[in-house]
Amino acid sequence: MTIKTLSISSSVEKLATGIPGFDLIAVGGFPIHRTTLIAGTAGSGKSVFAAQFIAEGIKQWNHSGVFVTFEEPPEDIRRNMASLGWDIPAWEEQGKWVFVDASPHYEDDMVITGNYDLGAFLARLQHAINKVKAERVAIDSLGAIFTQFQEARVIRLELLRIATIMKQMQVTTVMTTEREQEYGNIARFGVEEFVADNVVILRNSLDEQIRHRTIEILKFRGTYHHKGEYPFTVVPEEGLVVVPLSAIKLNQQSTDVRVSSGNSKLDAMCGGGIFRDSIILVSGATGTGKTLMVTEFIAGGVSTGERCLLLAFEESREQLYRNAKGWGVDYQQMEESGQLKIISAYPENATLEDHLATIKTQIERFKPDRLALDSISALERITSAKGFREFVIGIASFVKGHQLAALFTATTPDLIGGKSVTDAHISTLTDSIVLLRYVEAEGQIRRAITVLKMRGSMHEKLIREYIIDGHGMHIGEPFGYHANLLTGGSVSTYSNNAGCVNWQPDRSIT
Amino acid sequence: MVIPNNMNKFHLKLYISGKTPRSENAIRNLQKICEENIDEHYEIEIIDILEHPQLAEDERILATPTLIKSLPPPLRRLIGDLSETEKVLVGLDIRPFPSTMNVTKN
Repeated sequence: MTIKTLSISSSVEKLATGIPGFDLIAVGGFPIHRTTLIAGTAGSGKSVFAAQFIAEGIKQWNHSGVFVTFEEPPEDIRRNMASLGWDIPAWEEQGKWVFVDASPHYEDDMVITGNYDLGAFLARLQHAINKVKAERVAIDSLGAIFTQFQEARVIRLELLRIATIMKQMQVTTVMTTEREQEYGNIARFGVEEFVADNVVILRNSLDEQIRHRTIEILKFRGTYHHKGEYPFTVVPEEGLVVVPLSAIKLNQQSTDVRVSSGNSKLDAMCGGGIFRDSIILVSGATGTGKTLMVTEFIAGGVSTGERCLLLAFEESREQLYRNAKGWGVDYQQMEESGQLKIISAYPENATLEDHLATIKTQIERFKPDRLALDSISALERITSAKGFREFVIGIASFVKGHQLAALFTATTPDLIGGKSVTDAHISTLTDSIVLLRYVEAEGQIRRAITVLKMRGSMHEKLIREYIIDGHGMHIGEPFGYHANLLTGGSVSTYSNNAGCVNWQPDRSIT
Repeated sequence: MVIPNNMNKFHLKLYISGKTPRSENAIRNLQKICEENIDEHYEIEIIDILEHPQLAEDERILATPTLIKSLPPPLRRLIGDLSETEKVLVGLDIRPFPSTMNVTKN
């Protein structure tokens, strides 16, 4: 059966690991019936990866698995993995998971008296595979074998023999192995030369003072995979989650369906509303009304019966309630009716990968029609530029995959004009960009709005003035005879007034 | 040389994986060492783990050949084909410690 498939596809058949995100970068999974080496430094998540390979096999496809431990006793593994939601003892009882305990027992005094091989281990492994009819094997870790047995040459040959026999037995195997540094030799003890067809590297590095876990497929012999490092995180009750980012095809099934942004005048500027499955970026300095646009966006969705998810990283739920009330929007009532869900989180409470995992879970559970994230720049401060970009790609592709209308806000650091790292990083990933700017005109600080980009549609190119009052945002006439409005040529003149430019709900500019 | 009395009979289990030349070596070496050093005060059991993998599992054996001495205490585990006689004798507590580096008696 396998051979048939091979000759048809003329490439190596894959076995989906079931580890979230990993199969995307692996273009389907591990090469089936082969051995893949998982190399990483201490604490990089190798054992979790190995155990999850078995666990997901059981959970998703009812594949039995053998877990060989050369390091920790099985009891420790059962306990450690329980926090990831895997009930190993139950699987053992059902004959789905079996341990081969090769962990060292120091009470045994071991003397080497001549030539030997790992024949007994191999026999036990084969016995275990046959016992549960295993399709997956995890061996954790090779480094510990070399500590137990000093003759590295013998052990390397035995590993090769094990990999060969696993192939004959048609099981797919992962072997974990230690690395001494994040960038350097693939593995200690030169094992990669023997089990080298497929190599995956887990890293746990410090990047601008922020711990950053990444996974990279170094090689898959004879088959495709995505190159480069992808961030991952370890989520309680779930395990390892890879954030596949650019590996995801942005298969934008762009719909022609337009929905309201919540502001009819803005809809008109956008050429008749925003697209169903698009992401709008609203960029503006503090106080330009970004949160107000979010509020109108949410209220607009709720009024047409949509479900809305609001992710707030700058303000608490109480503050949001209060702000919305100021513009006549009752978030509390919307939440009680089940049409709105607000998640307010402090960015620093978790890593960006964790936030992304949480957001995905929430979207899958709540199934919203529209999503607002206020603000995406608040998340920027907890990671590196690269990490942030990966996050944005991750969330953008997820949002698109779920056909949501999404609005992200980004805060520009300058009050007048607007250059922002955030914008530069994410503007290419969003479908529409709306700029909210303070501008200087006729001796006054006024507010200007313009639609910079609207993918797949005509849009108005004018720069319009808007005001904010107790009823919301009112977009008015275009600015007439002004040049360089948005670039903010005279910032210094108004920098003293920086404290005064915060708007009040009922403050109006005439 | 320590000759144990009957109360201290050696209980030896030799685990092999199949009838390979290495297994044959180990069996031959073990019999020779026992005959020459502990006379008739021993019992040898040879276990082929290819036929009884569960026994290897129970004893947590990884390498073959493995010799386990269960009696007299302490329990000892010797790995390899037992070709290094001196190490075997020390490992089985037949000889307390090597007196010199050049002990060659078989």
